[in-house]
Amino acid sequence: MIPAPFDYAAPSTVEEAVTVLADAGEDAKVLGGGQSLMPVLRMRLAAPTTVVDLGRIPELRGIREEADALVIGAMTTHDEVCRAESVRAHAALLAEATHTVADPQIRHRGTFGGSLAHADPAGDLLAPALALDASMTIAGPAGRRTVPAAEFFVDFFTTALAENEVLVEVRVPKHTGWQAHYEKFNRVAQAWSTVAVGAALRMEGGAIAEAKVGLTNMDTVPVRARTVEAALIGRPVTAEAIREAARDAAAGANPGTDANADAAYRTQLARVLTARAVTAAART
Amino acid sequence: MRITMTVDGTSYTDDVEPRTLLVQHLRENLGKVGTVIGCDTSNCGACTVHLNGRSVKSCSVLAVQADGAEITTIEGLERDGQPHPVQQAFHENHALQCGFCTPGMIMQSIDLLGDTPDPSEEQVREGLEGNLCRCTGYQNIVKAVRAAAGELGAKR
Repeated sequence: MIPAPFDYAAPSTVEEAVTVLADAGEDAKVLGGGQSLMPVLRMRLAAPTTVVDLGRIPELRGIREEADALVIGAMTTHDEVCRAESVRAHAALLAEATHTVADPQIRHRGTFGGSLAHADPAGDLLAPALALDASMTIAGPAGRRTVPAAEFFVDFFTTALAENEVLVEVRVPKHTGWQAHYEKFNRVAQAWSTVAVGAALRMEGGAIAEAKVGLTNMDTVPVRARTVEAALIGRPVTAEAIREAARDAAAGANPGTDANADAAYRTQLARVLTARAVTAAART
Repeated sequence: MRITMTVDGTSYTDDVEPRTLLVQHLRENLGKVGTVIGCDTSNCGACTVHLNGRSVKSCSVLAVQADGAEITTIEGLERDGQPHPVQQAFHENHALQCGFCTPGMIMQSIDLLGDTPDPSEEQVREGLEGNLCRCTGYQNIVKAVRAAAGELGAKR
């Protein structure tokens, strides 16, 4: 099918994009890489009056390294994130998770910022961003503001972004030397995560010194498995210790029920996948 | 909106509605019907083309987003009347049954071989994850891609 008609704007700066969004009103839609929006437009599940394409704004593209963080432009593609040596070195969990997103063609177009702003609870980059304590820089009519990931994800497909705001970049604190793994459970190739778990570990002398664990699709927003993180500290890497620590992986989460899995099954998956993710991360 | 793009080596300038999909522009305005539409969900990969050298699903890109871009379709692969080595390998290995997924399979295979010149069977299957063959003719597709890898490797 073909999308319903819309006006199209392709601003060349962030400030211009904010102005265009303000003028276009509440039925405007921001177009990032388009890999979530285009199917929705084609099936006419959405019919915005104006589509504001961020693809012609150079500032939004690319990864820069600062002393203590990587700063990833919102329009940086998944493929660029996967290939970046700096991401592999300083945010390995993000590299691992990004590699599991959709398929190669979609990773060539889809963007990191677009995925976060879309905020699909089954999206694979939300939990890693949360687990790595990322923060989002947002531009609006009043200027720029920074929102930590924990406050950025508000609800099902809902973020802290107002209608006239644009996600500019994401600051990911460096986790240099941390070992990571993203364990994704889905039914078939290309399918969204039924549940997935991202684990990043700082190892010291064969034991876990620090752990960060994020859960995908265990709630309307990504979930930080704080109970697991605390339970892993100081633990040796044995199957029993990890299984024990992963037991309360779903603590505080409120998983939904859908055609793929019910809440009880998701809770069990969170446990099993957390143990697998931590085990794999410890072995990398 | 007026847009200009280079498709298979030729520059085209056209007026399109913003909602026009790249695949629709290629097929209906430029006559590049070698690129086909297989689904409405971005799953099947039949419409895969190269946009500035990387594979994309042309049903999931607006024509206006490709303004200024260089596009290669299945129709732009042959050189001097000779099929591309990947096309030749698909032919020789009977890597098609009904043939509908073939343009997308070939375009994605070329992208894959650009990144991974000598892929294992598993790497081929992963690289073609975004392309569906409803005849389930995957065995010979994988075989063809690995044969093409050998052929391209020998030429280097």
